[in-house]
Amino acid sequence: MRLSWLRAVVIVVVSLVFALPIVWMFAAAFKTNVQVTDPSVGLFFTPTLENFGNVLADGEILAALRNSLLVGVVSTVLSAVIAVPAAWAVGRFGMHRTGSLVLVARIVPAVSLLVPWYYLFAQAGLVGSYAVLILSHMFVSVPLILWIMIGFFEGLPVELEEAGRTDGLTAFGAFLRIALPLAAPGTATASVLAFVASWNNFMFALIFSDEETQTAPVTLFNFISYASTDWGGLMAAASLMTVPVVIAAIFGQRYLVAGLTAGATKG
Amino acid sequence: MTSTTEVVRAARPAVRGERTVARDNRRLKWVMLAPALAFVGLMIVFPLLYTLNLAFTDAFGAVNAAHSYVGPRNFLDALGDTRRFWPAVGRTALFTAGAVVLETVFGLALAMLMRRAFRGLRLLRTLLVIPLLTTPLAIGILWLLILDPTNGIANHLLTSMGLPRQEFLGSVSQSLPTLMLIDVWQWTPMMTLLLLAGLATLPGEPEEAARVDGAGAWQRFRYVVLPMLGPTLGIAVVLRSVDALKTFDLLYATKGPGGGSDFEVETLNIYAYGLTFDYQEYGLASAVLVLFTVAIVCVVILLRRRPEGRSA
Repeated sequence: MRLSWLRAVVIVVVSLVFALPIVWMFAAAFKTNVQVTDPSVGLFFTPTLENFGNVLADGEILAALRNSLLVGVVSTVLSAVIAVPAAWAVGRFGMHRTGSLVLVARIVPAVSLLVPWYYLFAQAGLVGSYAVLILSHMFVSVPLILWIMIGFFEGLPVELEEAGRTDGLTAFGAFLRIALPLAAPGTATASVLAFVASWNNFMFALIFSDEETQTAPVTLFNFISYASTDWGGLMAAASLMTVPVVIAAIFGQRYLVAGLTAGATKG
Repeated sequence: MTSTTEVVRAARPAVRGERTVARDNRRLKWVMLAPALAFVGLMIVFPLLYTLNLAFTDAFGAVNAAHSYVGPRNFLDALGDTRRFWPAVGRTALFTAGAVVLETVFGLALAMLMRRAFRGLRLLRTLLVIPLLTTPLAIGILWLLILDPTNGIANHLLTSMGLPRQEFLGSVSQSLPTLMLIDVWQWTPMMTLLLLAGLATLPGEPEEAARVDGAGAWQRFRYVVLPMLGPTLGIAVVLRSVDALKTFDLLYATKGPGGGSDFEVETLNIYAYGLTFDYQEYGLASAVLVLFTVAIVCVVILLRRRPEGRSA
């Protein structure tokens, strides 16, 4: 397909606008602190691993990344376990009014949940524990997975499940043996997006984590206060947080786009 | 679909009565829905009631300290506060309106640009997905570096083109517009992807008919594509607005508590957070949050009304 000259130029400019800031961050992570604060250094320099060495030797960032991974995986799996069947029920039995109740979770400002949750979790002696972080992240992931999967189940032909019923499966059997395997790509997409939401979540961990359970965004935030002295380290830490996302975007772009835009094209 | 279902149903050997099946279905759907519904319900109903209750008290210092009911005083205090509350309302509105309008315009332009395939489309889509999925903390940090008033590449580029240096996030007046533009950078891709998905579902005939009738590219866009894209555009604007109203991470990461020394980026969300965790003013904070939540719901209702009214 031939491009008009103007269109090609616009496309290149747009690509650079979105790519360069991220590239600049990754590049800065490989610069010495003298190079980072000298904008004339640009993108061509002898890279150093010093920043990553410092950051990883510190141990705090590494521990935080491990916490983020743990909370992200557990909250995503638990969310999928309760949200996928719910999405099937909403999609198959047309319970949209009930289903949309869950979307209230998207509208309410998270700040208004912090104090009541803190009160509840403090009563249960859970503040600072992984359990609180997992529960609070699930509050984001369950509606997210539900939202994506309702559309996905609606897109599956109901005839397949009907045929399964004819062959003697119960309704639950039809879900388990027919709908669920067919929905595997959707579930994978929704789970990746839920994991990313947890991985990126800042506010809940800011309030509910302690030194032991601190997740990466909070560590990154604490790092900013002395950023002026260690831009390179800060960029290395930010890069470590961003790498998984970039990998997911490169390999799963098509699925992630489908997940991100799920539900937007129906009235 | 319904007719096929009926055919399948009729052809199915009657192992069990239809009524039993219907009852099983009814029970099953609630069993499947219950855990998710119960979880979200428990996590949200108690907080809403708790916040609503606190809003009418003078709770201060510790959440479980003794407090007494003060009627609507917190709401009156907030609504009469021209020093912190109303400026925060103004900043929230400005930030959200500015960001969402720019994201819609750029997102739409970009979606039209990417509508027809070209070499590198996949790469561009990947590039668009990355900012969306990157933690706002990292986004904040990378823009702090780029926009650093003395050592940032942005000022280096400006001065090398003979333009004046800017303070960006270092100045009171430029902070909010700068953060708005960072939000535009991060979230325009979301708008683009949503609108591309919408464009992909549009039938081609109306546009082709308009072309045959001699409509130019702009006319086809304005009078054929845009009206058909209305519902998707409406949903995209609502989703973006709700999230933009509640922006927290980027603002807090770059400007810290209170939205900076002069409260220059203190939006309602940042204000409510500060009241809660810096001042322990739980009563007033709850009142502000109730007002904020009501405002968000109103915005959603207002935005949802337009496209439906038009298509009816």
